[in-house]
Amino acid sequence: MTGLSFDVSHLLAGGLVLISFMLLYQTRLYSLIHVYAAQAFVLSLSVAWQAYVQAAPHLYVTASIALLFKTVIIPIALHRMIAKLGIERDVENVVGIGPTMLGGLALVALSVVVMLRIANDADALAREDLAFALSVVLLGMLMMVVRRNAVSMVVGFMSLENGLILAAAGAKGMPLVVEVSVGFSVLIALTVIGVFLFGIRDSFATVDATALDRFQGDRR
Amino acid sequence: MTLGAFDGLSAILVIPAVSALFLAIVPDYRIASLLNALASLFTFAAACTLLGAGRPTGPYFHVDDLNVVFIVLNTFVAFTTSVFSASYVPHEVETGKLTRYNLRFYHPMYQILAFAMNVALSANNIGLMWVAIELATLTTVAMVGIYRTPEAIEAAWKYFMLGSVGIALALFGTILVYMAARPAVGEGLDGMTWTILIARSPEFDPALLNLAFVFLMLGYGTKVGLAPLHAWLPDAHAEGPTPISAVLSGLLLNVALYAVLRFKLILDANARAISPGPLMATLGLVSLIFAAFMLYRRRDIKRLFAFSSIEHMGLIVFAFGMGGPLANFAGLLHMTMHSLTKSGIFFVVGHIAQAKGTQRISEIRGLTVSHPWLGWALVIGVFAIAGMPPLGVFMSEFLVVSSTFARSPVLAVLVVFGLLVAFGALLLRLQGMAFGAPSEGGGPSRASVLPVGAHFGLVLLAGLYPPPPLVLWFQHVAAMLK
Repeated sequence: MTGLSFDVSHLLAGGLVLISFMLLYQTRLYSLIHVYAAQAFVLSLSVAWQAYVQAAPHLYVTASIALLFKTVIIPIALHRMIAKLGIERDVENVVGIGPTMLGGLALVALSVVVMLRIANDADALAREDLAFALSVVLLGMLMMVVRRNAVSMVVGFMSLENGLILAAAGAKGMPLVVEVSVGFSVLIALTVIGVFLFGIRDSFATVDATALDRFQGDRR
Repeated sequence: MTLGAFDGLSAILVIPAVSALFLAIVPDYRIASLLNALASLFTFAAACTLLGAGRPTGPYFHVDDLNVVFIVLNTFVAFTTSVFSASYVPHEVETGKLTRYNLRFYHPMYQILAFAMNVALSANNIGLMWVAIELATLTTVAMVGIYRTPEAIEAAWKYFMLGSVGIALALFGTILVYMAARPAVGEGLDGMTWTILIARSPEFDPALLNLAFVFLMLGYGTKVGLAPLHAWLPDAHAEGPTPISAVLSGLLLNVALYAVLRFKLILDANARAISPGPLMATLGLVSLIFAAFMLYRRRDIKRLFAFSSIEHMGLIVFAFGMGGPLANFAGLLHMTMHSLTKSGIFFVVGHIAQAKGTQRISEIRGLTVSHPWLGWALVIGVFAIAGMPPLGVFMSEFLVVSSTFARSPVLAVLVVFGLLVAFGALLLRLQGMAFGAPSEGGGPSRASVLPVGAHFGLVLLAGLYPPPPLVLWFQHVAAMLK
């Protein structure tokens, strides 16, 4: 692999991690969704670059799913849903932004340490891609933990899934990547539809997931 | 012979898939529930043909002596549960909890779930297995939320979120396994084919495999319901329709466990990788003891037995984690006994909740007086699951404890402690529910005797006189598991 293609993949994968951090400190739902769309866009570039570098045309399918579905359709759907359900636009964090960012830094450090040590047999690109992908996955999980609001939990899950697609695209020649990305898109679509159809708004008055907890366990 | 086996394999996949499509267009729910049971019966019969015939294998599907056990058990419980479901569903329609429209969704989903579980169990490709487990999770999420009450939606949401995270972690682990295999096996499909992975495992990078197993254990462990990732399980059991509680406890947890076992074998085959046993044994033991204490605080009858499922899955994972022929044998036996007993209990509990109109333990009293049949069935079920002597669970628990005692007495003491704590909690709750003056309210029940009788009968048989061919078979599989 030549220096340039190596650098470009690094740039794009690093961009994904950076945007994951941006997701952590958004305090408004709309801007959260915009940042997510940006992440999906960078993901589609990254996957397309992998398709080009690995000469694996099937990855272009995954890239175009990321571009069409995650960058355009899902953000628009979420926008309309927020407007229709009249969801509170400000996002509450369970943990303050400062500690969250520090936690995020620790997670990225952890994944870099773990992956770079472990995968010395794998080629450098795959190894570093995996480190970035694991960071995105862990940051997505962190976001799901620190947010109360159901829509931002969904966004956290979707960004986590971006990390998985990055890992799958980076694993050279891995079969079923396209199938998995299609499967995940279905999953995400169902989540979004689920929030809407299950009428979480109707039943809980807010899409605040802490409201769900009023019926926790046996407290009846 | 080989052709016959292939037919059996395709039958257990095709029958549920086709009946799902067909059930979606059957308008009458009574006919649909009968057809559902019939389709499940055929699937079970097809699974039985796999027992005798040769073992089909291919790049996508693979049947060996290990997963035949899971497939036959799974299709059997899926069949009995569909019979129970046929007697459960009309009451839900009459009380207005479910509409006919709901049921046109419910029956196809049941078959899709059966299809997904059969694919997961017979898959040779670890990616395909992952997809199938995802599909099974999604269908159960939809069914848990089917009552549309705030509680049911919350349970479905929680299950969905935790299940998705678990599934995401499992996928990351799967990718790591592929990365570990690639230098040795080469690119493409081979790197995800289980039979090739297990054969070439000694050449894989051990560090990557270790990391992969951690992700797989946490990911699929969420679906097994291991503490501390169990939070979805009690809610999903309590708020969904009872047939789904039975399927979750009796089947879906086993499917996830099966996935863990498959990856454990890959690690076991690589001498340089960590031994996965201690990790599994620790998680299992923690779940066992945690769930045993949680049993005391339950006020909802389905939650009570959901926590009991966590406890037993903990014990099973512990047994497989300990490894060795005897502990593996005990783990397999306990898994079978737990599936049969727990789904049997949920059948009884479903009828009790319908007859009494409540799931609250405090409002269910004196069942042996008001509903003798249900009351005594509950007594037998709880005795069985608590591990009382003549029944099969006693046998398997005894084997787990004795095999552990020979190798690590301290752990054995902890296991016995957990089991006794759980025993106390279950008997305490049973006392109030089964005996004493009956509580007010509640109508007659139209319980289906057949599924309950079949399950408890088998558990009793296994406790009194386990059939020698079965014992031989399990010993053989236990040796395979190392």
